[in-house]
Amino acid sequence: MPSQHQLRRRSAATTPLLLGLLLLTFVLVALGLGDRAIARMAAETLIRVTMVVGFWIFVGNSGVVSFGHAAFGCIGAYVSAWLTLNPAMKAALLPGLPEGLAAADWPVLPAAIAGGLAAAVIALLTGAAILRLSGIAASIATFAFLAMVNTIWANWTPVTGGTSSVVGLDRYITPWVALGWAFAAILVAALHAHSASGLALRATREDEVAAAASGIDRYRHRLLAYTLSGFFCGIGGALMGHFIGVINPDGFYLGLTFLMLAMLVIGGVGSLSGAVVGVLALSIAVEGLVRLEKGIAVGATTFALPPGSQEIILAVAMILILIFRPAGLMAGREVMLPARWVARRGT
Amino acid sequence: MSLQLLFDALALGGIYAIAALGIALIFGVMRLVNFAHGQFIACAVFALIVPSTDALAVLGLGRLPAPVLIPLILALGAGLAVAAEALVFRLMRNASPVALMVGSFALGVALQNLLLVVYGGRPKAVSLWAELSHPVQIASAEVPLLQLIVIVTVAMILAALAIMLRHTRLGLEMRAAAEDFTMARMLGVRANRVISGAFALSGAMAAVVALVLVAQTGVADVRMGGQIMLVAFIATVVGGMGSLSGAVAAGLAIGAASAFLQAGLPADARPFRDAFLYGGVILVLLIRPQGLFAPVGAKPRV
Repeated sequence: MPSQHQLRRRSAATTPLLLGLLLLTFVLVALGLGDRAIARMAAETLIRVTMVVGFWIFVGNSGVVSFGHAAFGCIGAYVSAWLTLNPAMKAALLPGLPEGLAAADWPVLPAAIAGGLAAAVIALLTGAAILRLSGIAASIATFAFLAMVNTIWANWTPVTGGTSSVVGLDRYITPWVALGWAFAAILVAALHAHSASGLALRATREDEVAAAASGIDRYRHRLLAYTLSGFFCGIGGALMGHFIGVINPDGFYLGLTFLMLAMLVIGGVGSLSGAVVGVLALSIAVEGLVRLEKGIAVGATTFALPPGSQEIILAVAMILILIFRPAGLMAGREVMLPARWVARRGT
Repeated sequence: MSLQLLFDALALGGIYAIAALGIALIFGVMRLVNFAHGQFIACAVFALIVPSTDALAVLGLGRLPAPVLIPLILALGAGLAVAAEALVFRLMRNASPVALMVGSFALGVALQNLLLVVYGGRPKAVSLWAELSHPVQIASAEVPLLQLIVIVTVAMILAALAIMLRHTRLGLEMRAAAEDFTMARMLGVRANRVISGAFALSGAMAAVVALVLVAQTGVADVRMGGQIMLVAFIATVVGGMGSLSGAVAAGLAIGAASAFLQAGLPADARPFRDAFLYGGVILVLLIRPQGLFAPVGAKPRV
């Protein structure tokens, strides 16, 4: 008979698998409906899962709210664009690129990974500074980081194209590609959360002083989570760029920050399942609202919400959740098979 | 250093100081980092013009004579902030500072999109008090009249606030609440009154910033509060969260740094001025994480 502890660990190991199954069902249903718009929405949702799960790796485990993760998406998207765009096009659009990048014509997968790695390196470097701060000062510093990246990207025109968009990215993202990355993010997030470092980090979230007294080096664990988190946000950004085909620094600024935060808060910051459920719930709600904004014909008249009401409704929903269900939809719980089931299978 | 530059630095720093004060006041009494402050500013700007999505702005309230207009806009700003407190933040009184911060972020997004729905997304030209941009000769510098007015107004507001905080009952209660909210309540300070008071003051400060911004730039833009709010945050953090004088000093310092960077940086680097500014702020925080003028009570207690 396995011990209580082993059972719990085994049961926790089912979380990423169940979440993967949930996403798989989501893709199958979306594709089964046979509507191209819905298939696109499914791919976009899964890209967001990648980003928000990446975001959760840091925010969920450390309890420090970051406003800077959209910037990692920006870095990932641009690095992937620099590496994959047709060299002739880069010569025309981005004349200031260094030699190596200007000639690069990489396949999409290594380019996406390079985007993630670049974001992770920036996360490691900036995190080394920012994470020396704690609490609200750290959050504000991440905000300053976001604004800094946005200012640089919007003005460094020869290299980033400035505020005019970079166009012509290879649009290779299908729901299946996005599902693959989303699952990878979930798996890594779950492994990290149950690793010694992840547990130590969560201990600092619950009680900084007690954790420090138990010999936990808060800074090191936070930095590790921040770097890992930067990697998946970078990947998410690269996927987003290749999904839309056009990237722009303002696409990775306050709007995206708000969306990521809203998804995390509504799903529940306390658990990985919360992050995934939040993305699904909000993406479906947003899709519904966008359709309402376009107008729905009822008989002879069309009802349409005014443009912009989507964000208002989301923001109000977020405030209501914060007031009435502050722990989010999942309230910090994970989806997992009950310990009884895994016990029977395991022995 | 030229006299001109000094005036630029003072005027910009003064606006930042007032914006930072608006954020620090609320943080002081309820540990809320108010991300909606920028939208309070934007709302006060748009209150000047008639609601419509047309590209051409028609002044509504903005046509009133200044002695009527200024108190009216200040009252509107204060009213908006008090309403936000009553409808959103009062219900979250026991939430963690992080949840409060996220809630105010959501409120800001809601307000911004409300403005977008009502007024449309394009920036609009607004000419408010255009005659104030006349330059005035002071010694060797040509200074726009508005800049002088801004500097004098900021000085007056700071003085009035200092007097209010030291010599009125509400001011005393606010300082007590900022020191230790629970203790203040036990000693008979009414929480709702103090918090509403802080929000009203903060909203009025947002309105002051709004008026100055419109008169200076001649533009009403839904996004106009964002940048100044960011600087104001940074000023409150650098000044030491919860310290009002720290926020003012840091606001002035950031305004001055920004004016000097604008003048001193080579032309190629000038578009990146804000990036240097934010980078500098992160540096300051690394050296003094608790801020430059942290109040004693800000130290974490075990």
